[in-house]
Amino acid sequence: MNDFAIRTENLGKLYHIGVLQKRGGLYSYRSFRETIANAVTTPIRSLRTRLSGAPLQSESQRSKIWALKDISIEIMHGDIVGIIGRNGAGKSTLLKILSRITEPTAGYAEIQGRVGSLLEVGTGFHPELSGRDNLYLNGAILGMRRAEITRRFDEIVAFAEVERFIDTPVKHYSSGMYLRLAFSVAAHLQADILFVDEVLAVGDYRFQEKCLGKMHEVSSSGKTILFVSHSMTAIRRLCNRTVVMEDGKVIVDSTSQNAITEYTVGKAGTSFIERGSRDGPFISKADLKLEDRTIWLSVEFQSPYPVTDPVLSFAVYNSLGAPIFGTDNRTDTAAPPAKPAIAGRFRIAIPTNNLRPDCYVFSLWFGDYFTDHCAQEMVLRIDLKEDVGGGLPTQDYGNVYLHTRWTFEALKTD
Amino acid sequence: MIPTDEKNMLIMRRPSHELAPMTRIQPSRGWVVELQLNELWAYRELLYFLTWREVKVRYKQTVLGASWALLQPLLTMLVFSLFLGKLAKVPSDRIPYPLFCLTGLIPWSFFSNGLSNSANSLVSSSNLISKVYFPRLAIPVSAVLSGAVDFVVSLVMLVMIMAFYHQSPPLRSVYLPLFFFLAFVTATGVGLWLSALNVQYRDVRYVLPFLTQFWMFATPVVYPSSLLSEPWRSIYGLNPMVGVVEGFRWSLFQTIEAPGRMIIISSLTATLLLIGGIVYFRRMEKTFADLV
Repeated sequence: MNDFAIRTENLGKLYHIGVLQKRGGLYSYRSFRETIANAVTTPIRSLRTRLSGAPLQSESQRSKIWALKDISIEIMHGDIVGIIGRNGAGKSTLLKILSRITEPTAGYAEIQGRVGSLLEVGTGFHPELSGRDNLYLNGAILGMRRAEITRRFDEIVAFAEVERFIDTPVKHYSSGMYLRLAFSVAAHLQADILFVDEVLAVGDYRFQEKCLGKMHEVSSSGKTILFVSHSMTAIRRLCNRTVVMEDGKVIVDSTSQNAITEYTVGKAGTSFIERGSRDGPFISKADLKLEDRTIWLSVEFQSPYPVTDPVLSFAVYNSLGAPIFGTDNRTDTAAPPAKPAIAGRFRIAIPTNNLRPDCYVFSLWFGDYFTDHCAQEMVLRIDLKEDVGGGLPTQDYGNVYLHTRWTFEALKTD
Repeated sequence: MIPTDEKNMLIMRRPSHELAPMTRIQPSRGWVVELQLNELWAYRELLYFLTWREVKVRYKQTVLGASWALLQPLLTMLVFSLFLGKLAKVPSDRIPYPLFCLTGLIPWSFFSNGLSNSANSLVSSSNLISKVYFPRLAIPVSAVLSGAVDFVVSLVMLVMIMAFYHQSPPLRSVYLPLFFFLAFVTATGVGLWLSALNVQYRDVRYVLPFLTQFWMFATPVVYPSSLLSEPWRSIYGLNPMVGVVEGFRWSLFQTIEAPGRMIIISSLTATLLLIGGIVYFRRMEKTFADLV
């Protein structure tokens, strides 16, 4: 079966944390002293493990962490796959292993095609060298042949818009110029498979748009791309498939829209109950109901002592995690003042006649006038299916539909 | 089948036979290591660029620039000539002491600079190691190679000073590149050991100046090896730099006799150091990205 570009089977990566040991309050790398001490006390065993390159278990109480566990995915040629997840989910580790920067601890991966890794822009850039020198250097580091770099030199410099400064040392560049040049070199890489790790996270809006445009161009030429990002908009625009990672495992592998919704919304449902109680005031129950073009949000709180000035605030987000609307009972002029209570219920009616179909997520915050007591983020979700007007896709035109009135008159007929 | 968005299905798909062969990534096991030398050759352009970067950057923004390559051995030679040559009256195989000393210092400088550059090379290139793939062997090798330019420049200076002393290089100076190669092999071999060790044990950085100092006195840089008598002389040859320095002097001066056996012993040690260095380096390579 030779159709795949990348195939992994039970790929895993184990890290021994505690390589930096704490001794008397100071962190230090393993030192000769420790090695010699071990050599004296357990000579044969330490020699054998030392020569095999494995760390010696008894040297410190090392705890282990599986940064990646049992990753088995198959990516076909031409797929543009987004990888999303919280920080520490293992996304960068996966790319590092597939780029052969670090070795897996378990499992294996097979890659067919020339690989280009953009794990960072400007790798190898030296501030003392000119833009031209750094361009060649960076290109060589990324795997381009010198002849190839010369051939594309003008193209790369033009994309980066640094023609005038190409021969000045890079340390004199503004951060924008630096980024543009670095990205430009990487973007012109002729590889079959590209690994891109959050390199669009920097730069101003115009630059990001330019990068996205270039990535789009690259992706439509048939290359396979693995794209790690925190920008849901970029993922949605570029990727036809997205993988969600959490704690080193793949938890969702589906279309970009599904994956993003799952990631943003997570385990939210239409109702929420807090079991048990807490020390201070807390939200005990919350639910959402859709009736008559209105969302009814009901939130109950409980408290061991009377809350003098109960304040509930909520925010509504769309399936990409972007905020749509929020308010609270203190600032919202329509809300009547709440009375002091040990337990209470807020009922809020939210009209939906301006909201396009999408999955909406609610976050709730409860407190009294001076303090926040309880926060429940992205805890409730509701799907609006009815089209209120417009009929256009929400993701491209936003979640809000304003009932606009149109007139047309012909000003000239020939 | 994993569902994919309909609108993106019209993507051009390349037939697989056009692409590069399959690469398999898996944990390496056991003792056997792949030396990866052909991969290093495939990345030779990168080796060139890394060396070129080292050389170009080294003397940027210094007033004296590349002449530092000359001043280092020259000034050391002056100090040694004064204290060891004149005051201590150290013998010098019938060659004027300054010349004797300088011929030792030039290959020695290449070696010791190569050592200090390569020992620290992996740690100072940590940003490259953690972000890009290429055979890591290229890093210490390019660090040693970058000294070659300095070496050639100081060699030119040496010939000029020889002329000043009315000495001209004999025919056998064509053997010089061989001894340079021996020095390169030694520096690379030791450099590979040190750079790999340094990633895990940062002590290496502190041990190195002491090691270099000691090594210099174990090499006939400032004194002739003729001071040693026979059984010791051959054992002395176990230091590969002995072969380099003696061979160097032999190829440049008529009066010196061929070092013969010492060179063979030195070459053997150098080769063993290099092979051992490559093997150890490749074994430890998998831990570099995680530790550096």
